[in-house]
Amino acid sequence: MSNPATIENRTASPGRLEYVVPAVNLHHDTEGFTLEAEMPGVRKGGVEITYDEGKLTLTGHRAAPAPAGNAVYTESTGQAYRRVFDIDPSVDAEKISATIEQGLLTVRLPKAEASKPRKITLG
Amino acid sequence: MSIIRYRTPELATWTPFDRLSPLRDLLDSAYRLTGSVGASAWSPALDVYEDADTVTVKVELAGMKKEDFELSLEDGALTVSGKRELKEENRESFRSERFFGSFSRTIALPCPVNSDNVKAAYEDGILTVVLHKTDEAKPRKIPVS
Repeated sequence: MSNPATIENRTASPGRLEYVVPAVNLHHDTEGFTLEAEMPGVRKGGVEITYDEGKLTLTGHRAAPAPAGNAVYTESTGQAYRRVFDIDPSVDAEKISATIEQGLLTVRLPKAEASKPRKITLG
Repeated sequence: MSIIRYRTPELATWTPFDRLSPLRDLLDSAYRLTGSVGASAWSPALDVYEDADTVTVKVELAGMKKEDFELSLEDGALTVSGKRELKEENRESFRSERFFGSFSRTIALPCPVNSDNVKAAYEDGILTVVLHKTDEAKPRKIPVS
């Protein structure tokens, strides 16, 4: 049980930042995928989502906490969150949307029209 | 004090070329199969801070509503409990890492507090409980005569 007097992002070596991996729930339905990432302490301004060549990167920076005195007991690392996902090519990248509420980031990844399940009739 | 062991979130050293490791996922899922199973096999992270007048307890729990928390103060210990519901929806799950269900954490406070002056707020997924120390517990200056 360590009691750091201050919580800060440690840098192991220059250029390397340490992040916490947020817990994630991933669902899918016929319209697309829904991703829920838990990032307590993060509000709208601290979220960064980028999509690049099939990789979705979610980054969450915590809002500066109100000073509360000396740490007596801590379990939270107080570090920022980051996770990368490989996204299925059937997802329509232009329509990816996200909201954050009470530290829960929900990302909606709709499938492109052509990829949705459809009936194929005999001609 | 809860005997459920708190599991530290995984720290990941990040470089621009890091990829989500499939091997790590495999090991993670193997760990969860042998993880603790019990009435409340899940524990949110908890921090306790202290200054001259107050004791602050912060619990990290995303995606809850403030009505879902229950706080009680007894014998110098604060208990935070509640239940996080899983929405039953018509969809398939690829990956389920988030914990759902009831939780309870009891923390022994470092000093006596006033039970009628407790403020709790839930913001950005963190529940912050501020308790005020009793007058006897506050630090006192003792003059040297």
